[in-house]
Amino acid sequence: MRLGGFRLARRDRASRKLAVVAPIAALLLSIALNLALYVAMGRNPVAVFHAMLIEPVTSWSSFSEVLLKMTPLLLIAQGLAIGFRAKVINIGAEGQFILGAIFASAIPVWFPQVTGAWVWPSMIALGGIGGMLWAIVPAIWRVRLNASEILVTLMMSLIAAQLLNFLLVGPWKDPMGFNFPQSVIFPLDATLPLLFPGTRVNVALAIALIWSVVCWFHIQRSFQGYQLIVGGLAPQAAGYAGYSQSRAIWMSLLIGGLAAGLAGAAEVAGPVGQLQRSIASGYGYSAIIVAYLGGLHPVGIVFSSLLIAILYIGGDNAMVSAGLPIAAVRVFQGSLLVCYLAAITLVRFRLIREPGGLRA
Amino acid sequence: MIGLSFILAGMLAAAMPFLLAALGELVAERSGVLNLGIEGMMALGAVTGFVITFHGGGHAAGFLGAGLAGAALSLIFAWLALSLRANQVAVGLAIGILGQGLSALFGKSYESMTVAGLPKLHLPVLSDLPVVGGVFVQDIVVWLGMAATLAIWAVLRLTKLGLIIRAVGENPAAARALGYPVIAIRYGAVMFGGLMAGLAGAYAATVYTPLWADGMIAGRGWIALALVVFATWMVGRVFFGAILFGAVSLAQLAAQAGGVNLNSQLLASLPYIVTIVVLGLISSNKRLLKMNGVASLGEPFGP
Repeated sequence: MRLGGFRLARRDRASRKLAVVAPIAALLLSIALNLALYVAMGRNPVAVFHAMLIEPVTSWSSFSEVLLKMTPLLLIAQGLAIGFRAKVINIGAEGQFILGAIFASAIPVWFPQVTGAWVWPSMIALGGIGGMLWAIVPAIWRVRLNASEILVTLMMSLIAAQLLNFLLVGPWKDPMGFNFPQSVIFPLDATLPLLFPGTRVNVALAIALIWSVVCWFHIQRSFQGYQLIVGGLAPQAAGYAGYSQSRAIWMSLLIGGLAAGLAGAAEVAGPVGQLQRSIASGYGYSAIIVAYLGGLHPVGIVFSSLLIAILYIGGDNAMVSAGLPIAAVRVFQGSLLVCYLAAITLVRFRLIREPGGLRA
Repeated sequence: MIGLSFILAGMLAAAMPFLLAALGELVAERSGVLNLGIEGMMALGAVTGFVITFHGGGHAAGFLGAGLAGAALSLIFAWLALSLRANQVAVGLAIGILGQGLSALFGKSYESMTVAGLPKLHLPVLSDLPVVGGVFVQDIVVWLGMAATLAIWAVLRLTKLGLIIRAVGENPAAARALGYPVIAIRYGAVMFGGLMAGLAGAYAATVYTPLWADGMIAGRGWIALALVVFATWMVGRVFFGAILFGAVSLAQLAAQAGGVNLNSQLLASLPYIVTIVVLGLISSNKRLLKMNGVASLGEPFGP
């Protein structure tokens, strides 16, 4: 493409320095664009900027809320990135998250008086299984029937949302809940232990961080991680080398579903403490942004999940203090990814002067 | 019997959001570009159309604004995917999320508000037929949508422009060697897709259910994307597929009208379940996909 007297040329190798600069440039650009939008909406940009991006990190109490939000995003995005790197595009983490929440809730819903130290670990494990089960359909459809996992995973999410509705207005509705569509409130042993006293941050954050280290090890050091990437990028080459593309698809979807299911379980057993509609608040979709924004790299994803979590908490602040609709957070997230995708082209391309207006 | 004539009368209107969006995406995909942002473009078109109509601009201005909004969003997609050659899947998802966010933001203060729909036109004789008469009682957009289907079929099949679009999708290198501006044609096709998605959103929000609710597109953009695959990139099959989905999405209302007691969440999931089943059936026929598919779909092209 031509830009004035210049055109873009592909670099022989991606620029390392720009790989760090690009996300920062994208963040600054999207901050500028969104602040301009708030001005157009008649809001004070300085107040919104402060509430959205500064306030969440200035006190321990609000930063602990950031860490709480970061947990599901980090868990899900690390799982999705394994698939994305192998070109298996699972966009149905939202549904897998919901199934994880439903499966985990089964224990306290069926046994409301349950006690014991085994309860929350079992709920987390059940949640992981639920998420995995929901990913089986897209895996079979892709491997056996050649159907796009993008569309099937998305459809499975829409079905999961209806399943959640069905349970909450029907069999799992709290009989003492004044007819609200929500389950019983979970007993103490069916909630996650807190990590820092005085905050709502629970052990799920530790699980997410350990999971991130495992993911880093997986792509950096393991042969299987390498096989998955080759299987996705060059299925034929992978076939010659004896790596199976079907296995890459199965692994990607099951691990992605497992991680999203764990996150769903941690959400109902953590800050929410019961099964309700609001748990399906779009973490599964935001995690897609987190995964790409982190450059599909386990270390990058830790930073991008932190950033998106800050935006969530900051968005809540801005809603209270500056009257900004909460939807502004979704706009910010979307524009951030758009800016990032534009910025990373600078990593892959460089500008060269067009000689005399001639094109090769 | 109530159920049958109800579905026959309503399925065309219910089909329009699917049909318009899928026709636009079909043209874009025929030129070799996979635009996964359709859901967001429909959502942005829906809110634009609703706001304009709500403030007394009239349906025509509402549809025009919606089409332009969809096209504008698709221009960002095209610039990233075609000029900067960014990953089409990632860009489509990003634009989709952005469109849905903008839709929620602009629609915030219109939640649960309504506009008047469009009048149903009564045709002589045909509309008075028993059982099937309802098929011929439709609003003007339904008839325009069918005319658009025919026009798009004719352009793709019978004109030089259609041949060029298909050539660009099939073999962009050869098309360029013949002197066709591949990127410019893809820009045009993508923006046509955005325009149609915007119109589809406006129909959903100002005619089919003329009431604003956040998230009202409810996956119809994604079903439109699936429809293009079901139809193996053929216009006629997109038309019948859209009607099938129109009928399926009416099943919930029909069951209530007919007094059938079926679980409402199950009925609401029906379009999604049908999508998964049909997608499996069609996609497993690799020969069919290979014969009708677009060879360069989703692949960036550049010097």
